[in-house]
Amino acid sequence: MEHYPLFYTFHFYLFGLVAVASAILFVTRRSPVSAAMWLVSTMFSLAALYVMLDAPFIGVIQVLVYAGAIMVVFLFVIMLLNLGQASEIADVRSQGWRLAAGLVGLALLAEIFALTRSSSVSGLTLAPGTAARAVNDAGAVGMVAGPLFTTYLLPFEITSVLLLAAIVGSVMIGKQRRAADAR
Amino acid sequence: MLAEAIFFSAVLFTIGVIGVLTRRNAIIIFMCVELMLNAVNLSFVAFARAYGVAGQIFVFFVMTVAAAEAAVGLAIIIALFRHKQTVNLQNINLLRG
Repeated sequence: MEHYPLFYTFHFYLFGLVAVASAILFVTRRSPVSAAMWLVSTMFSLAALYVMLDAPFIGVIQVLVYAGAIMVVFLFVIMLLNLGQASEIADVRSQGWRLAAGLVGLALLAEIFALTRSSSVSGLTLAPGTAARAVNDAGAVGMVAGPLFTTYLLPFEITSVLLLAAIVGSVMIGKQRRAADAR
Repeated sequence: MLAEAIFFSAVLFTIGVIGVLTRRNAIIIFMCVELMLNAVNLSFVAFARAYGVAGQIFVFFVMTVAAAEAAVGLAIIIALFRHKQTVNLQNINLLRG
């Protein structure tokens, strides 16, 4: 069993609890802008967890792409559509929906905890500290970039096609249709 | 730390599911989906530490797909708002018989 210093464990739980608390605040906010800000807080805490789990490059990408780019696009759309204030129409679904959502949530949690309890395949796990050593040897970027440009080169190239399709698609969907407006 | 990371991942995913099921604002539902993607990423990173670097590569791809999905999804929401003047899903029921 791997042993962790108290400093590490304390901060792991701290960032995890901050992430969960921000997520709860995020789903309970009425105003989309404050919900988005709490989601950014969740994403920052997750970035800290990634760094603590020996994935520093993923942590940086999390801050740049998720907390930076994606959430800015969300906020941009909220402001573009002028949705900043809490909506006057009922935003939260009825009692029955909330009850069903609670039951689904409980079932999901129970399932995942049951899976975690089951015996893990310990023969397959790497020796403790392997990931930390990989970060030291190949560097934070090299650790991800190495496999990405050798073993996973084809998926990486396909990703560029996906991004191109997404760009073309969003431009086409977002475009003003003059003919439809004139009708 | 694998068990703890999976615990936090499960809780975050469940919060995302409950958000999708209980809210009616399309943008908030969309952000809940992003939260669920983030929760799955956390378990991927935790597993990558125990089982090899492939999990981190997968997180990289999930983030790319999430960025593409956010762009297309928000374009759809803007088109929907232009058509209906609302993003409240209660008022968007074109497919209801």
